[in-house]
Amino acid sequence: MTTTAAPRRSDAPRTPQGKAGKFLDDRLNMAGPIRKQLNKVFPDHWSFMMGEIALYSFIVLLLSGTYLTFFFDPSMTEVVYHGRYTLLDGIPMSRAYESTLNISFDVRGGLIVRQIHHWAALLFLAAMIVHMFRVFFTGAFRKPRELNWLIGLGLITMGLVEGFAGYSLPDDLLSGTGLRIANAIMLSIPVIGTWVAFLVFGGPFPGTEILGRLYIAHVLLIPALLAALVGAHLALVVRQKHTQFAQHGRTETQVSGERVFPVYAAKAGGFFFIVSGVITAIAGLFQINPIWLFGPYVPSQVSAGSQPDFYIMFLDGSTRLFPSWEIRLWGYTVPAVFWPTVVLPGILFTLAGVYPFLEAKLTKDTAKHHLLQRPRDVPVRTSLGVMAITFYLVLLLSGGNDLIAKAFDISLNAMTWGGRIAMLVLPPLTYLITYRICLGLQRHDREVLEHGVETGIVHVLPSGEFIEVHQPLGPVDSHGHGELEYAGSPVPKRMGQLGAASPLRHVRGFFYPVTEKPEIQAQLDELEAAKYASVSAPASVLDAPAVEASTGGEHSEH
Amino acid sequence: MSSEETSGPSLDELKGMTDEERMLAGTEADDVHVLYREDRFPVRGTKAEKRAERGVALAFLLSAAGGIFFIVAFIAFPYHWHLPGTPQNFRFYTPSLGIGAAVMLIFMGVGMVLWAKWLMPHEEVVQDRHDEPSAAEDLLIIDSTLKVGLEDTGLPRRSLILKSLGLAGGAIATVPLIALVGGMIKNPKDELHYTYWRRNKTLFPDTDGRVPMVYEDWRRVSPGDLQPGGLATVFPGVRNPGFDGKNGVDSGSSPTLLIRLRPGQVVKARKGQANYGWPAENPEYIAFSKICTHAGCPASLYEQQTTRLLCPCHQSQFEVLEDAKPVFGPATRSLPKLPLDVIVENGVQYFVARNDYNEPIGPAYWDRK
Repeated sequence: MTTTAAPRRSDAPRTPQGKAGKFLDDRLNMAGPIRKQLNKVFPDHWSFMMGEIALYSFIVLLLSGTYLTFFFDPSMTEVVYHGRYTLLDGIPMSRAYESTLNISFDVRGGLIVRQIHHWAALLFLAAMIVHMFRVFFTGAFRKPRELNWLIGLGLITMGLVEGFAGYSLPDDLLSGTGLRIANAIMLSIPVIGTWVAFLVFGGPFPGTEILGRLYIAHVLLIPALLAALVGAHLALVVRQKHTQFAQHGRTETQVSGERVFPVYAAKAGGFFFIVSGVITAIAGLFQINPIWLFGPYVPSQVSAGSQPDFYIMFLDGSTRLFPSWEIRLWGYTVPAVFWPTVVLPGILFTLAGVYPFLEAKLTKDTAKHHLLQRPRDVPVRTSLGVMAITFYLVLLLSGGNDLIAKAFDISLNAMTWGGRIAMLVLPPLTYLITYRICLGLQRHDREVLEHGVETGIVHVLPSGEFIEVHQPLGPVDSHGHGELEYAGSPVPKRMGQLGAASPLRHVRGFFYPVTEKPEIQAQLDELEAAKYASVSAPASVLDAPAVEASTGGEHSEH
Repeated sequence: MSSEETSGPSLDELKGMTDEERMLAGTEADDVHVLYREDRFPVRGTKAEKRAERGVALAFLLSAAGGIFFIVAFIAFPYHWHLPGTPQNFRFYTPSLGIGAAVMLIFMGVGMVLWAKWLMPHEEVVQDRHDEPSAAEDLLIIDSTLKVGLEDTGLPRRSLILKSLGLAGGAIATVPLIALVGGMIKNPKDELHYTYWRRNKTLFPDTDGRVPMVYEDWRRVSPGDLQPGGLATVFPGVRNPGFDGKNGVDSGSSPTLLIRLRPGQVVKARKGQANYGWPAENPEYIAFSKICTHAGCPASLYEQQTTRLLCPCHQSQFEVLEDAKPVFGPATRSLPKLPLDVIVENGVQYFVARNDYNEPIGPAYWDRK
């Protein structure tokens, strides 16, 4: 070791981290861009977590799915089972079903990973759907974010296909029944249906090809597409910056919140662990898709109560409700299955896709929007959304109408007819109800702004008249009416929200008083005093704009 | 990328700053304005700070404990499945792993969130959006750059190149599609029109090509097997694989329901199919395709009392006494009826199919005749 000949530059890094940083920056020149990303501001609101949950379940899916590929074999070759689950001993089955049984019974810890994978898939789809509701009802899809709305719609569509492909792989009785119906849906497409079905299945159902093809689609093609779409979705969020709810001090030109490093990163990273932990807890405690109880797929068998996973159930429901209208013309057939399984989802997804453009066109709104709307403030959109959700829920529940009929001892035919009627009657009804509720909430906001918050105090005047005391939220005119404008943000409705009564604040120190050491307490008191001193000094400055505002003179905000 | 920092402090000024001041200078350079920044515990060593620190550390400790529990459970707990009636302690295996891993993950997350909320400085930060459209200069320049670039290629003038390039591009886009789809295409031919019940004189010369009926385990079906009002799922006894690579029992198209009517029950037969049952003149046994004409599930729930067959997938209901006509639900067509006959071999009666179904079974398709 020789000492360095050249004089050491004063700014040369000495710590290992510093050296590593210099090594990277010499090669990548990243100091500026990385700082920009670390300083990026993300807003904080509980409803923004839905998309995060979907993202984190997707990561859990990738990890658990990769694990499963180490043990799963999508082969349709027939084998005879001699594994640990002796109730199926000697039964002929496909290698795919056998390897799924082996994951569940012979691989140590295999069952919980299978269950994590399945539960995470349900959570992935559910979180995406709820996230879509959030984006819809708050108007986050408006310009400039229409593209991300479309990408999100693509994610949900691909998520449905991916989920279906996944639960079809174990080749148990339930998944085989699902594939049988998928085959019938393909056959139902006019003109090309027969060829499509033969192309996908490699012959008549069930054939010997389908599982291998579903497998490569499930583990490579669709996940790659999903990952690309997720990447694009997030890139657009970063590029366009997140929306935020209207609130004091928040404007269209700024985004308020926390910087990525360190606070947001710690919170988001922590939330990833919480989401994956909750999935793991559910997967450990609640059984899902116990394929060993269903048995291997045999084309001649089916079990009662055959339901797909929840995200496919709306299509199962629509198929159950659709009447037996088969069209036969000039020797050709359009089966009844075609309408509820191909045309209906086509219409639904197209409507969802064009909605942002349709709304912009009809409302002649070409402006960019970064502040979110409260659902009550856009009653038509909110009511349309509730109408769509009602329609979806009727279909979803109809997908399990046999189970409902059994549980509540209702006639199955009555359930079907109930679903048919509800599908047509309930959506417009919920539209009207939601519209009224939105108007009511709007009016109540205005009323509170005008008269103040109800205090719960009632006075008896000497005349015997009872009056209710309100706490105004701001300055009042000579009649005691508030002068505050509605600003698109929540209006406090209870005294607790004004800080008048919050029991939680007093929990700390409930069991024993919080006492600090005298010298520390002295420092704390000093800080506290300094804070009040600094607050009281500019208080007059704070008052000034209110006085000036009445004069209507123009003045800068600061 | 550093051009925008020129308005910020100079290098010498930066050198004179503290780390925090430099960090704040950096945020300003990115148009990130820290409106408010406060250390949660400005005085070090308070009880409140220590309590917060201990709380976060406790979460991380619990996380580690969950991980250790997972490892112990993974290695030491019994997981072999055992028949009901024997010790069922393996049932705790998956829940134990789940709880261990969940505690590990959740407390890791809780620790991180509490760390951020309790100990990291409280900040109010706003960032400018810079959402205005691109500068007019940039728009003009990009417009011209694209135009000149296109002009340089000469494509607008050289229509020969444009057209031939379009053809080549089309070919390059199409060939992989053709190669994949072409490899997967399979001509359906008449494979949906027929089933394994089709007469086959090479396989069954003794019965004049009529296909024997068997159960799932290849036992042959006799009239005496069924009680009145009973039903059985039967298959064509074709052992060698046919067009779909399956034999008669495995094939998806051949499952058939054989129903023995109760005395007095009379079937209102379809036109021309009155003699499809057995005995032909006054049928006691009738057979229908089990594959639902709606979406292809096996329509296998038979209610003896109402003589209805129910498909559990979409609740189509078929009235057996009306020749399996759909009476409720989304199915449109009756279940196809199999023409039955009985032969006698070695003094025992066995069912055979006189012929294939006279129409395609299962879900409908475009060119279904």
